[in-house]
Amino acid sequence: VRFVDEYRHAGAADRLAEAIRGVVTRPWTLMEVCGGQTHSIVRFGVDALLPPAVELVHGPGCPVCVTPLELIERALALAARPEITFCSFGDMLRVPGRSRDLLGVKAAGGDVRVVYSPLDAVRIARDNPGRQVVFFAVGFETTAPANALAVVRADQLGLDNFSLLVSHVLVPPAMEAILASPGCRVQGFLAAGHVCTVMGYEEYVPLAERHGVPIVVTGFEPLDLLEGILLCVKQLEEGRAEVENPYSRAVRREGNEPAQALIRRVFQVVHRKWRGVGEIPASGLGLRERYASFDAERRFGVAEHTEEEPSECISGLVLQGVRKPRECPAFGDGCTPEHPLGATMVSSEGACAAYYRYRRLAHCAAPGPVGSEP
Amino acid sequence: VKGERSGSPPFSCPIPIQRHPRVLMAHGGGGELSRQLAEAMFLPSFANPALEERHDGALLDLTGSRIAFTTDSYVVRPLFFPGGDIGRLAVNGTVNDLAMCGARPLYLSVGLILEEGLEMETLWRVTRSLAEAAEGAGVQLVTGDTKVVDHGKGDGIFINTAGVGVVEQDRAIAPRSVRPGDQLLLSGDLGRHGIAILAAREGLEFETAIASDCASLAPLVLQLLSEGVELHCLRDLTRGGLASALVEVAAAAGLSTVIREDAIPVLEEVQGACEMLGFDPMYVANEGRFVAFVPERDAVRALEIMRGHPLGAGAARIGAVEDDARGVVRMITRLGTARIVEMLSGEQLPRIC
Repeated sequence: VRFVDEYRHAGAADRLAEAIRGVVTRPWTLMEVCGGQTHSIVRFGVDALLPPAVELVHGPGCPVCVTPLELIERALALAARPEITFCSFGDMLRVPGRSRDLLGVKAAGGDVRVVYSPLDAVRIARDNPGRQVVFFAVGFETTAPANALAVVRADQLGLDNFSLLVSHVLVPPAMEAILASPGCRVQGFLAAGHVCTVMGYEEYVPLAERHGVPIVVTGFEPLDLLEGILLCVKQLEEGRAEVENPYSRAVRREGNEPAQALIRRVFQVVHRKWRGVGEIPASGLGLRERYASFDAERRFGVAEHTEEEPSECISGLVLQGVRKPRECPAFGDGCTPEHPLGATMVSSEGACAAYYRYRRLAHCAAPGPVGSEP
Repeated sequence: VKGERSGSPPFSCPIPIQRHPRVLMAHGGGGELSRQLAEAMFLPSFANPALEERHDGALLDLTGSRIAFTTDSYVVRPLFFPGGDIGRLAVNGTVNDLAMCGARPLYLSVGLILEEGLEMETLWRVTRSLAEAAEGAGVQLVTGDTKVVDHGKGDGIFINTAGVGVVEQDRAIAPRSVRPGDQLLLSGDLGRHGIAILAAREGLEFETAIASDCASLAPLVLQLLSEGVELHCLRDLTRGGLASALVEVAAAAGLSTVIREDAIPVLEEVQGACEMLGFDPMYVANEGRFVAFVPERDAVRALEIMRGHPLGAGAARIGAVEDDARGVVRMITRLGTARIVEMLSGEQLPRIC
């Protein structure tokens, strides 16, 4: 995996960090949008290379984290039904509902399976005509094309035992909501590289202009992140607010047009509730009427179930970058990856879990000596 | 699989396949079919004097300063995977636990829990594999038991092995012997077993087939001991991987350790699979790797011995024990920054995107 190692090169990282120190004259607060970026920043200690004036706050781009509690409860209710085979990506299995998670449903006899692609779920439906197969379609614009393809494929195969529990959300409306919130501290964005691979970055231009914030399309490796931070800080220092794309090895301005067409064919934009944030208008995807028969909520009548968040958890504020995980009174004490109060502690991409895993002891953030080389 | 028999032990399944192509409840019932299974399949395969006594237990002569005793159960799915199978795993896993105590593994018991309907040919392949692994590890399978559970109540074959070994030196090879300044030596690259199992289980198509590292570690450990290396602690890196082993030792020893990310060897194919699945090789299971805590003065020599042995050809010095009683594990990342290494709260789960 040379292509990965190159973007984790210590010397190059130091040079970028040096360049950031060279341009920064004032404090700036940047938000990395995607949970994958948060995980990478904390895992590699990218923020430890930054001058104190540059603060990173962690954005809402963790699909596991923002899936509202009521959808989790609907998933649990479906997975517990004897006629249903419930398929999901692995990291949804540990997300806590009110009293249990999907792993708990599995242990109690539910047919819950981890799949690596929604097309695997279509295959399970085709091979098991006597079972109702429900796929938990969670994610941002990145997973939407594959989920759309699964619906098209199931439709072509004439499968009446395949459906989606849809919890798709969109990035730009969430960024808009963060910028519009009264407590907003974000002065610049590192946009989520993978989302832009699908969608391009045209849609960020009006956002940057309207709110006067720089938006830099950023990848996930340490060097990608440092380069994104450098360009964002440069713009802020120079008073610019533009959309820039240093992640051109994966992202084109127009994005992946066939993938976008597939999304439009199957999904339409709908209002969505975000866990910890509340409803954001036009912030998600739902199945079009043409494919409504593949909607698990309709098929099994679970759409009415609603649920409120426990009040102790501040994951909403964490997701909006208003608070840091360690500022939560429950962090590491009442709330741990074993007993999470909110989803930011569950997913490895959730900010709270990332902090817990890599930063539990504040004094361990400083480098220390290591044994001599053999 | 024609039921033909050639010499001892036979090379094809000795149970007349036309009559019993699959395991029946009666094969675990203690009657004639149980006897047939033991006499035709297990006794010739595991042939040794203790077993041939056909007694309720094995009588063993052991000499050494102490006896090491351990047990482990094996429930792997699929039963056969690149680089190994459940039989090989059941012998080497228990042998390795003995080796980590600094013991010379000698005798194992084998408890088989079979699912009704299991193909007799599959049981035969696993039996052969148990016998081959035992021979390779220099241990005898001296006692055993077979039970059969109803169809649907098992997963083909479950195996429990228990093992005894003799400790031929007086040192306590354990976390409490760890000292500040000890060097951490890793016997080879990480993650092959876990990724091989996952690929075989989920039908993930990798360009290169990654094989499990499943192996008996006893010969290398015994060589380190016989050449006088002062081993303070040993840990094999099974479930939970290197990260969990180091966290356990640091907590038990009450001493922190620090490791360097760029010193930890990971095969390119394993790294690629991990990147794709969102896994960290630090947490992926191994079945033929260990970490040794040795004093600084022995580190260079120990590393040479390891690298000179096929089981440790890829050995590396990855870090050191610190004079710090917090008992945590820190990692210096590739970028030169530091972070905590934690245990996982559950299994690693493949991520969404």
